[in-house]
Amino acid sequence: MANNRIKVPESAQRGEVIEIRAMIMHPMENGFNFDTQGTVIPVHIITDFVCRYLDEDVVRVKLEPGLAANPYFSFHLRAQQSGQVQFEWTDQDGTVTHAMAMLTVA
Amino acid sequence: MNRRNALTMLGGIAVTLVPLTALGAESDVAAAIKARFGERSTRQGRITLKLPKLAESGNSVPITASVDSPMSQTDRVVRLGIFANGNPRPLIATAAFGVHAGSATFTTNVRLNGTQDVIAVAEMNDGSLWRTQARILVTVGACDAMQTRF
Repeated sequence: MANNRIKVPESAQRGEVIEIRAMIMHPMENGFNFDTQGTVIPVHIITDFVCRYLDEDVVRVKLEPGLAANPYFSFHLRAQQSGQVQFEWTDQDGTVTHAMAMLTVA
Repeated sequence: MNRRNALTMLGGIAVTLVPLTALGAESDVAAAIKARFGERSTRQGRITLKLPKLAESGNSVPITASVDSPMSQTDRVVRLGIFANGNPRPLIATAAFGVHAGSATFTTNVRLNGTQDVIAVAEMNDGSLWRTQARILVTVGACDAMQTRF
């Protein structure tokens, strides 16, 4: 589990398009850096990110080493009914980090 | 040293040089786009790329790609890919939009190895591909820091 930050509005009108923001703490090692001994630090990245709402995808991202450390995403969701907005990050070593927020739709 | 040893050494040097000299070719981007989106022709336009004109550091550059689409059931963006033609690996990320996506807008922070073009490719639900590119000046690339570090 890595430290993460998510930003989901607490409430929205039905049909309203809201901004979702998600960030996770991760070095996203790109394989071009060296440690103090001069040896190459191997690629270590988060490979997949998915945001789900009402059990369906909002956005699904395939991450590459070209993304900056602590990968940040911002995207939009169309509010339909109250429910959970779930976030999931998958590290290449298999670690999965979850986050969740409640969205209340008036 | 005999001839065989010399040739093996030369071969080894050539292999190590290839990745360094092959950086940043436009053909790499074309190959990366083909690998992700298949053998299809791309049309210019429909995407707006928002990124700074100049980035002092290439380590984290904010980029927003938004596609002009109503995101309805019949007319929507399926996938959005971000590429950089000056990076050792041209593909930066691909985002697939699901049914609850409210707009085809995607913001993230990328690494850029020097001044180059950032390219966004969008795949619509009818299978068409759209492409937009934008120039960015990068003072210190994300890979330049590595040379000074040790």
